[in-house]
Amino acid sequence: MSVDTATVTKIASLARIKVSEAEVAAMVPELNGILAWVEQLGEVDVTGVEPMTAVIPNTLRLREDAVTDGGIRDAVLANAPAAEHGFFGVPKVIE
Amino acid sequence: MTNSAYRIQGATGEWEVVIGLEVHAQVVSKSKLFSGASATFGAEPNAQVSLVDAAMPGMLPVPNMECIRQAVRTGLAIDAQINAWSRFDRKNYFYADLPQGYQISQLYHPLVGEGHIDISLDDKNPEAAVKRIGIERIHVEQDAGKLMHDQHPTMSYVDLNRSGVALMEIVSRPDMRSPAEAGAYLRKLRAILRYVGSCDGNMEEGSMRADVNVSVRKPGEPFGTRTETKNVNSVRFVMQAIEHEASRQVDVLESGGKVVQETRLFDPDTGTTRSMRSKEDAHDYRYFPDPDLLPLVLEASFIEACRASLPELPDAKRQRYETALGLTPYVAGVLTAEVETARWFEALLAETATKQGKGEEAVAKQAANWLTSELFGALNRLGRSLEDSPVSPAQAAELLALVADGTISGTIAKQVFEKMLETGDGAAAIVEREGLKQESDTGAIEAVVAKVLADNADKVEQYKAGKEALFGFFVGQTMKAMQGKANPQVVNDLLKQALG
Amino acid sequence: MTDLTELGIADIRSGVAAGTFTAVEVAEAFNAAVAAAQPALNAFIVTTPEAALAAARKVDTARAAGQPLGKLAGVPIGMKDLFATKGVQTTAASRILEGFTPEYESTVSQNLWNAGAGMLGKLNLDQFAMGSSNETSAFGNVISPWRRPGDTAPLAPGGSSGGSSAAIAARLCPAATGTDTGGSIRQPAAFTGIAGIKPTYGRCSRWGVVAFASSLDQAGPMARSVQDCAIMLEAMAGFDPKDSTSLNLPVPAWEAGLNPSMAGKKVGIPREYRLDGMDPDVARSWDDGIAWLKDAGAEIVEISLPHTRYALPTYYIIAPAEASSNLARYDGVRYGLRDLPDGAGLQDMYAATRAAGFGPEVKRRIMIGTYVLSAGFYDAYYTQAQKVRTLIARDFELAFQHCDVILAPTAPTAAFALGEKSDDPLAMYLNDVFSVPASLAGLPAMSVPAGLDRQGLPLGLQVIGRAFDEQGVLNAGLALEQRAGFTAKPAKWW
Repeated sequence: MSVDTATVTKIASLARIKVSEAEVAAMVPELNGILAWVEQLGEVDVTGVEPMTAVIPNTLRLREDAVTDGGIRDAVLANAPAAEHGFFGVPKVIE
Repeated sequence: MTNSAYRIQGATGEWEVVIGLEVHAQVVSKSKLFSGASATFGAEPNAQVSLVDAAMPGMLPVPNMECIRQAVRTGLAIDAQINAWSRFDRKNYFYADLPQGYQISQLYHPLVGEGHIDISLDDKNPEAAVKRIGIERIHVEQDAGKLMHDQHPTMSYVDLNRSGVALMEIVSRPDMRSPAEAGAYLRKLRAILRYVGSCDGNMEEGSMRADVNVSVRKPGEPFGTRTETKNVNSVRFVMQAIEHEASRQVDVLESGGKVVQETRLFDPDTGTTRSMRSKEDAHDYRYFPDPDLLPLVLEASFIEACRASLPELPDAKRQRYETALGLTPYVAGVLTAEVETARWFEALLAETATKQGKGEEAVAKQAANWLTSELFGALNRLGRSLEDSPVSPAQAAELLALVADGTISGTIAKQVFEKMLETGDGAAAIVEREGLKQESDTGAIEAVVAKVLADNADKVEQYKAGKEALFGFFVGQTMKAMQGKANPQVVNDLLKQALG
Repeated sequence: MTDLTELGIADIRSGVAAGTFTAVEVAEAFNAAVAAAQPALNAFIVTTPEAALAAARKVDTARAAGQPLGKLAGVPIGMKDLFATKGVQTTAASRILEGFTPEYESTVSQNLWNAGAGMLGKLNLDQFAMGSSNETSAFGNVISPWRRPGDTAPLAPGGSSGGSSAAIAARLCPAATGTDTGGSIRQPAAFTGIAGIKPTYGRCSRWGVVAFASSLDQAGPMARSVQDCAIMLEAMAGFDPKDSTSLNLPVPAWEAGLNPSMAGKKVGIPREYRLDGMDPDVARSWDDGIAWLKDAGAEIVEISLPHTRYALPTYYIIAPAEASSNLARYDGVRYGLRDLPDGAGLQDMYAATRAAGFGPEVKRRIMIGTYVLSAGFYDAYYTQAQKVRTLIARDFELAFQHCDVILAPTAPTAAFALGEKSDDPLAMYLNDVFSVPASLAGLPAMSVPAGLDRQGLPLGLQVIGRAFDEQGVLNAGLALEQRAGFTAKPAKWW
């Protein structure tokens, strides 16, 4: 599978990365080179093989239900580019 | 139910509506699904946010056992398959209420698989007209934060208190065919969740909300294209949304258009749905297993402990009320529809049986009838719920005991109950204070009977001539003369004697 | 008095404990070295001389009071700028995090401070740990202290832990933290003539480490000796309930367990690693390693890891896929850069912020990751890659039925010059050919210096062990180290 300008533009939009037309044009051959290379995986016979789920055999630990965190609003907002009245501020979202 | 099938009459004939519901139910837990911040409602903005919830760099999720346990219990309550091996996946999209840029959810391997809920469309007879609604899955996922749009002219404000709170998404099969069925399903699901205690079912606070999938088709044809109306937060609104959406789709199709598969928004003010254009740009959520979390493997013992912790559920309870307590299906249905009602009833039943020295089955009808008529009537008038009933089960049992042992009549009991509601005093104390004790002394009643008959000699003549309907008149006059306190049975007996 | 900056962890620790010198003297010596080299090598993004001194004073006070000293008491170290450090800017070498000052300390760095270490500064790296040459940092290239004889062309210190490797080789710090996703500890260690170990996945907590690819990221120590790596790894590792993938196992006494005898051990030589057209110096160094381990008493066996050639493509699907999602949180809302063009809406702000904040390699990987996860391609790319990953892990499992450790080169070449590969992403990716397979299988692996190539640049040898067998890896590393007798160090030009 190879990507074209439209696909790269779409992927950039999905990834929320603003790209210029020139950047897209540069990315197309680059991504196609990488994709063509990774596609050699298609030749591996994976019949009956499960996708890896845990690289070291291990299962999920569950924690007890207790309130052990929160109440740290200042720390949460400390690095915010725009914080007001205890909220994060973002450009107005119109629904 | 074919005889009462819901159909939309279009210009080209009848249309059938096909409905599936995805219900998001907030799991009852102290802390969030993947962080130790509090999951309670209504705190100051961003006061219940951990660094994990705010998706600070390098923060990692650690799952809350209670949330898993509650989802498993919910699954068991709807007879669902519990998947001992499940996984969390990431659903990737960008929005200001989603700090990670993805929601941790379960797409590929949900915790709970196929189950079902039986709904009834006939309150009078819950066992007739039962329809089974399939549940496809229940999965566990994070809630998003909240955006506020009206506090600043050019900015929206983000509050992450809800961010990361545990939700169960309960996905039905497209098995419903009318707004009424959808309403019955939602009410039943809510009842089950509240019985189980896994969700408080509070739709106003958003702890339960539904995405409504609706399509229409000509009966017998394949499914049409569906729309999804998001985040509808009451049973009534769900029903309205379906009605509106179904007729809108019929209009679209009959005017030669096509239904667009899209996300829509319900407007409670107008009862209509509208397209959410802002969310229309092709979503591609790029689900993949969350590499921060390992597979969730449940031991059989964990699942069994969940099963053992389940309470008696509404259907089983209703059947027991019918068979063991001899209640009618209707009354049993009313008493079991809400967990609070059943809880109140069972407390009343136990107190009543103790006070009267009888078995529960012997007092069940008295207790059930009083609760469903007298208490519900009073609460309705007062605009109060069972939880803040001014009368406790023990107080009510005291009142019922006075009726049962003949101390007061049923009529007087109504007066006593009114006084109880007004004053909060006990029934026996009110009866004593107001002198409402029933007169059963034959001598005293005999005298009144004699006077009533003497005062109404003409009517006695008519009665003896065959106008037997007048018997009730004599009873009424006697009771009136005794201010309602005479034992009605004794009055009856004495009147019959005196009238020959 | 000896030059304190020539000392490693073990010597500093014992010198401080014995009172030969104070921790403050050590910190001052390294602070001075850091300051002097910073303009030339650019190994650090920020330096924290005060933090190093404060930790040193605490150790000196504790010693004076006769209190027990930690494993790393008096040892100043460099901290890769991927670890969140409370109150000290943490950037992952990206503009998007410039100015970000965490309100929290990563588990690994906290463990190190608890052991008595002090921080000299935050080390430069490839942006978000994506790179093999340190050329993707937004804060400038790190220049390797090594040069080809008679040539001043700047060489790559390797990546992504290039600040760490350069700083250690240049004696700016005795040891540093690294992280390894596909070779980011081992390859820079090999390029700069130092040692470094990536432990078993889950040994070191990932809590507070800026994520690149969660299923692969592992922190580990980089230092100039195997013993120093063992000491430091002991301090870094440990179960962390805040990381769901953390291994709930006690931390072995790796330092005490060091034993260079390979008697009774089998060393596997993977046939598939002997590539056509292999660099003759690398091939020779590998043969040296085989001879050294044989000399240490090991039996050499040939093994097969048949899916080796698929490891890199597998890695370059899985790592970008995870990264594309892990990096979604850098959106200009809660921290870091925000680029808000006039009249921009929320989604425009995201796109502008991320365009301005991420470097080209990060964007490239996010694009690849987004593409391979997108509708219609997920199974063909991602699921297939996870299946092949299972096969790669299985290759190792089968191989370890026939051997105890595996010996291979760390990288296909010695250090290359800056700019030599940066225009060709694929050529750069191929640098990880020997290091990626162990990462995909979550296995412990280390690089130790083996000697110099004909240009006079260091080469590393890689030891890969069974899961949880860091001890076996360290022991083989020690056997190699003793026989390699690597004493070369870059001539000081900075």
